[in-house]
Amino acid sequence: MSAQAPPRPELDVVLAFADDELILGWRDSEWTGIAPFLEEDVAFSSIAQGEIGHARALYELAAAELGTDADALAFDRSPGEYRCAPLVELRLVHDWAGTIARHWLYETADGVRVAALIESDWPELAGLAAKMDREEAYHRMHAQMWAERLRSSAERERFETAVEELWPAALGLLEGEQRDRLCELVGREPVEAIGRDEHTDELGPLWDEMTMVRRSVPGAAW
Amino acid sequence: MIWEVFRQEREGQPFQHGGSIEAPNREFAEAYAIELYGRRAESVALWIVPRDEVREVQEPYVADVFDRDYRRVDGYSLKARLKEARERAGAAPA
Repeated sequence: MSAQAPPRPELDVVLAFADDELILGWRDSEWTGIAPFLEEDVAFSSIAQGEIGHARALYELAAAELGTDADALAFDRSPGEYRCAPLVELRLVHDWAGTIARHWLYETADGVRVAALIESDWPELAGLAAKMDREEAYHRMHAQMWAERLRSSAERERFETAVEELWPAALGLLEGEQRDRLCELVGREPVEAIGRDEHTDELGPLWDEMTMVRRSVPGAAW
Repeated sequence: MIWEVFRQEREGQPFQHGGSIEAPNREFAEAYAIELYGRRAESVALWIVPRDEVREVQEPYVADVFDRDYRRVDGYSLKARLKEARERAGAAPA
């Protein structure tokens, strides 16, 4: 990157997106080994891995612009520097209805975000978004299946309550017109969004755990 | 609900039983079949079948009761005949 080149305006969006995917991938992976049944354990762990893979690709894109590397962006920043939305920070392990509610809201919002990025003038970003969308389509299908399943089960109320509670934070994943699109897709009215201005108390402990090994031997090549 | 999964490793090859999965309906079964039997590109195609729809053939699925070894290749001893044929060929004028 030449010294004169201004930072790409979408860099902030890319970093926020990468942070969302990393933190949600981490949260979803907390179900590994304890998901409701074995097949779902494999599927949900695979989705968690998918999100972290997307985070890596986005960090690599941002790192090339910023003259750093993906690991530094993922693990060497302080919790306050992360741009992730509060929705992905919540520790929902042991609450499957809540986890599926977030999964469904997140993947639906993600569809809106990715569709916009595919149209980006930044060719590498547009290409990456198109590639990610192929996997995200599977994530959306999985989330939709589960949402329908819980809605037609005895867990219906728990699921709907969780969607209701998470809705302001889900809206906070997006900005502007993309919020209207999300409202349409999930059939909900707009409310005051819980955006990226502040982190929840749950990010700190997650960050501690997530960066523990890397901090234990600074600068090591693993 | 249990589903049996059959996988094809390469195009043109026969489908072989891969294993079984538990899934509440067809949509979940398809997703889980992909996760467990196709995620690492180890299959080019998958079939899923509800276990209840698989019929195990019962009687008279038994081994031969009477000696009908002429129905099988191993019922014929070729060794002696091959030897004879070789000798005859060897003895024939070049």
